[in-house]
Amino acid sequence: MENNYLIPYLLLAPFIGGVLVLFINKNKENLIRYFGLAVSLIVFIISLIIYFDFDNADGGFQFLYRFSWIENLNISFYVGVDGLSLLLVLLTTFLTPLTLLSSWSSIDKKVKEFTFFMLMLELGMLGVFVSLDMFLFYIFWEAMLIPMYFIIGIWGGKQRIYASIKFFIYTMFGSLLMLVAIIWLAVYASSSLGYFTTDLVELYKVGPTVPKTIQNYMFLAFAFSFAIKVPLFPLHTWLPDAHVEAPTAGSVILAGVLLKMGTYGLLRFCLPLFPQSSISFAPAISVLAVIGIIYGALVAMVQKDMKKLVAYSSVAHLGFVVLGIFAMNLEAVQGAVIQMINHGLSTGALFILVGVIYERTHTREISEYGGIAKIVPIYAFALLFASLSSVGLPGLNGFIGEFLILLGSFKSTVLNNIWFTVFAASGVIFAAVYLLWMYQRVAFGEVKNPMMNELKDMTKREMLVLLPIFVFIVWIGIYPSTFLKVSEKTVRNILEQVETPHKAELK
Amino acid sequence: MIQLIYLSVILPLLGFLINGIFGSRIKNEKVIGTIGSGVIGLAFFISLLAFIETLSLPVDQRQTIVELFTWLNVASLDVSFAYQVDQLSLVMALVVTGVGFIIHVYSIGYMHGDKGFWRFFSYMNLFIFAMMNLVLADNFVLLFLGWEGVGLCSYLLIGFWYERKFEKSTTADAAKKAFIVNRIGDFGFLLGMFLIYMTFGSLNFNDVFSRTLAFNVDTSTFNLIALFLFIGATGKSAQIPLFVWLPDAMAGPTPVSALIHAATMVTAGVYMVARCSIIYASAPAILTLIAVIGVLTAIFAASIGLVQNDIKKVLAYSTISQLGYMFLGLGVGAFSAGIFHLMTHAFFKALLFLSAGSVIHAMHEHQDIQGYGGLKKYLPHTALTFLIAALAISGIPPLSGFFSKDEILWYSFANGSLILWLIGAFTALLTAFYMFRLYFLTFEGKERFGHDKHPHESPKVMTIPLIVLAVLSVIGGYIGIPEIFSGEHGNLFHTWLAPIFKNTERKLAIYGAHTHLEEILLMTISVAGAALSIYFARHVYLKNPHIAANTAKKFKKAYNILWNKYYVDEIYDASVVNPIVKGSDKILWRIADNKLIDGLVNGTASVVEVLSAKLRKMQTGVAQFYALVMMLGIVIALFWIILSL
Repeated sequence: MENNYLIPYLLLAPFIGGVLVLFINKNKENLIRYFGLAVSLIVFIISLIIYFDFDNADGGFQFLYRFSWIENLNISFYVGVDGLSLLLVLLTTFLTPLTLLSSWSSIDKKVKEFTFFMLMLELGMLGVFVSLDMFLFYIFWEAMLIPMYFIIGIWGGKQRIYASIKFFIYTMFGSLLMLVAIIWLAVYASSSLGYFTTDLVELYKVGPTVPKTIQNYMFLAFAFSFAIKVPLFPLHTWLPDAHVEAPTAGSVILAGVLLKMGTYGLLRFCLPLFPQSSISFAPAISVLAVIGIIYGALVAMVQKDMKKLVAYSSVAHLGFVVLGIFAMNLEAVQGAVIQMINHGLSTGALFILVGVIYERTHTREISEYGGIAKIVPIYAFALLFASLSSVGLPGLNGFIGEFLILLGSFKSTVLNNIWFTVFAASGVIFAAVYLLWMYQRVAFGEVKNPMMNELKDMTKREMLVLLPIFVFIVWIGIYPSTFLKVSEKTVRNILEQVETPHKAELK
Repeated sequence: MIQLIYLSVILPLLGFLINGIFGSRIKNEKVIGTIGSGVIGLAFFISLLAFIETLSLPVDQRQTIVELFTWLNVASLDVSFAYQVDQLSLVMALVVTGVGFIIHVYSIGYMHGDKGFWRFFSYMNLFIFAMMNLVLADNFVLLFLGWEGVGLCSYLLIGFWYERKFEKSTTADAAKKAFIVNRIGDFGFLLGMFLIYMTFGSLNFNDVFSRTLAFNVDTSTFNLIALFLFIGATGKSAQIPLFVWLPDAMAGPTPVSALIHAATMVTAGVYMVARCSIIYASAPAILTLIAVIGVLTAIFAASIGLVQNDIKKVLAYSTISQLGYMFLGLGVGAFSAGIFHLMTHAFFKALLFLSAGSVIHAMHEHQDIQGYGGLKKYLPHTALTFLIAALAISGIPPLSGFFSKDEILWYSFANGSLILWLIGAFTALLTAFYMFRLYFLTFEGKERFGHDKHPHESPKVMTIPLIVLAVLSVIGGYIGIPEIFSGEHGNLFHTWLAPIFKNTERKLAIYGAHTHLEEILLMTISVAGAALSIYFARHVYLKNPHIAANTAKKFKKAYNILWNKYYVDEIYDASVVNPIVKGSDKILWRIADNKLIDGLVNGTASVVEVLSAKLRKMQTGVAQFYALVMMLGIVIALFWIILSL
């Protein structure tokens, strides 16, 4: 097999860029900013090249690159993308330059370190999505925590230390279980294949042959780790703290990409590696997902802090994604995949908007605002637009994801119970409640706080950050085929892998 | 022109974009208003040409689907941005763009000088865009786009004056309420769609409706689908129990009320049920439920309308009541009668609201009819058009309302039961009474307003639309003259829509054996009743005002219940809204999230911390202590070895 170097370039670009940042004089802050932005744009361009060369009709891994690493254990630096990971790679490379641009003025201390960590974070995230070796995946999975830890811990709010440690330990705890399961699976492979391997493609063949009881343990270890990342109710309490304390860029990446690693992991590992267990646990996990949808929405509704409200809305949104994944039919899983992208865009935009206003007023208390639609009309429009996308208004992106997920889960033979959907669909009502209520209290009514009269509307730079996101919000809403067809074949493959034992079981 | 029907959808969108993006810079009201109404006028023109073209086609070829591009294509789901031109969608498109256009023109005068002039027109255009998607969609998902879209536009327009107070709260509250109550209905509609997809494997109208006939599906599934969809309709079309948003919708500018109440939005539920008539024909139990909900809503809302003093509020409750009639019609299987009433109602209700707007305009935003009186002298055109509309809604022949309302009442008797007819007919009397209470208190009698007000007739840009609507309210009924009067021509409107409801009627197979004599008898009763009600209203409110006051005093309790609208808002707040908000705050957020879950997480952390603090104490750094521990260890180890030997 011939190696394709595009993905190594994709990973090397932020790495080399990040290292080079360290050599720039720390006082040349603008140079650092422009350099960081340029690097992230180069990464974006590389990912676009991959996208245009990608063959949608082939659902398997493409752009493969393998480099033998630890030969005794058959561990290699093995990377590639399929329809699922490609979309998430694109989301990552798309959001990173925007977050750098959004931090242009809000990050004014330690700009050099910040840019370095952001690029390392990008490297870590991309690594997670392109790894085809479980050991390599694990390394990236863990390594990515470090820059995030520093981003929250250094540039965060008042309680940043508590939040960053909570974030770190929570996720670390889950990861350790996953590591045990990875080793166990690899050891199991050595008895069935005759050699120890962490090659994902080979493990895909081994996984389903693991006896059900052992498979259950492995599934739970993986699922637990991913559920923390998602976060699935009741493992979500790290999220609001991390979000509220993180700087805007951190929140955007956290919500936009990091949470997706959990749902990506479920789709990439849990379902195809442990199909029988996935099916047995699907109802239980879906119950948690549905609780998350309603619970997240209700708790979001009563928040007084704008950022916390958006953070809790993530719990609800990701609940939809998990429900879609475990409904295990084409409609629902395709919906889940598109909803991962949607959440990155909508919630990313909301966090950016909260950041924009926070930078001006230094408060996120909803009650401090009111009537600002009159003072900052462009901002008010942008906030409404992002909220409506998050609410799932048809014609915008959120609807496509939620609709497909609910449609699929309703007829799912794995869940085989319409009540999951009935309850989940009620989340549609609550989403309208908490977002419109927030919007009303911020934008409508009379101006209560005289300070708000001085508010400046969005700058050109801020609009430039949001415009690309809004374009995709409409694009996905009106013509989702562009994205759905990228992942369709891959999702079909994953479902086939799950269905084979399911059908045998039904017989 | 049929093939270009999508232009009638896209033009309003274009208007929205132009005024939305450049409106604040254009500043010139004439330009903005011309663009805003122009696009709607063009959309009407295109719909009209499509109508004429369809008319020239043979009856069995009057359905055309114009597909733009694929929207969602996953598994067996395949829906497009595709518009279906047929008899039903054309009627709706003509009403929406026609009445919509008149309201737009009127708004140029009404909104003159408002600093949000451009914003207003761009929202109104978006409203029409959403509504056109709703009525022209060839599938449920696109219909839902319009369905939610009108919800959004109503949110934007009801809250248009977002810094103003409205009753006990703000206009923004009213806007939010409208959106959320609608979303509750949408939730039902979504579930209906899911069940349809699960049952029939498609969400395109033609597929679903043909499979409804072809597939062998049990009645309980049909009942459930029909019920879910109807929940959606109760939200959009303001029926019990989800009507509560509509009265508050008057918080927006008056032309918005006209648009929401007459041509768009509230008609959506009626249209949807009519569109899905074949599904409802397969679920007779739900059809009966619709008739019952319809007639109950009709009388319930009419009774509230009897005592309200806000001119727009009376009209709002009359809308709810009239929508109840439409559902009564649908529920007894008279689908085309329901649509017919939808159309005539669009004329006279738009006229009522716009006339009311003209009055409010003249009275400097004052809306309480107690402060009106004798306005005929100052607003002659408005008084006349309001009178025409009031006569039409009261069902006085030969105005349009007479034909459509009477058709529904007749079918409620012929296909339904005497009790449905009785309640419906009684509601008609109430309607005539409160409409003329409104008319007499506003335009006739003594002036009850202060000298600070100098009422004057509205400009031509407002009165001409009133006159056009008045003409429509008068003659609009002639296309639906019942057979007993028109003889061999039959009911034109009915004949036009017949192909749409052909299968439905075959399935329902209601052929009540009733005579023309019965029909004429019932008609005479309701018309005479309405006429008497008008006379009675004149007697009470014009000639002997003390009667009204005395009656209110005498039946204080009943009056209070009506005045407070049966306390429905209060009951909803106490039983649903507050428990959810308080419960989420006090229980979910403060206890479950902060104490329970986070307590567990941080608790685990503190336990580890405490234990490690204890363990750390062992690391004293004193060498003697380490030596002691080492010695003890060696001793214990030695003992162990010796004992195990």
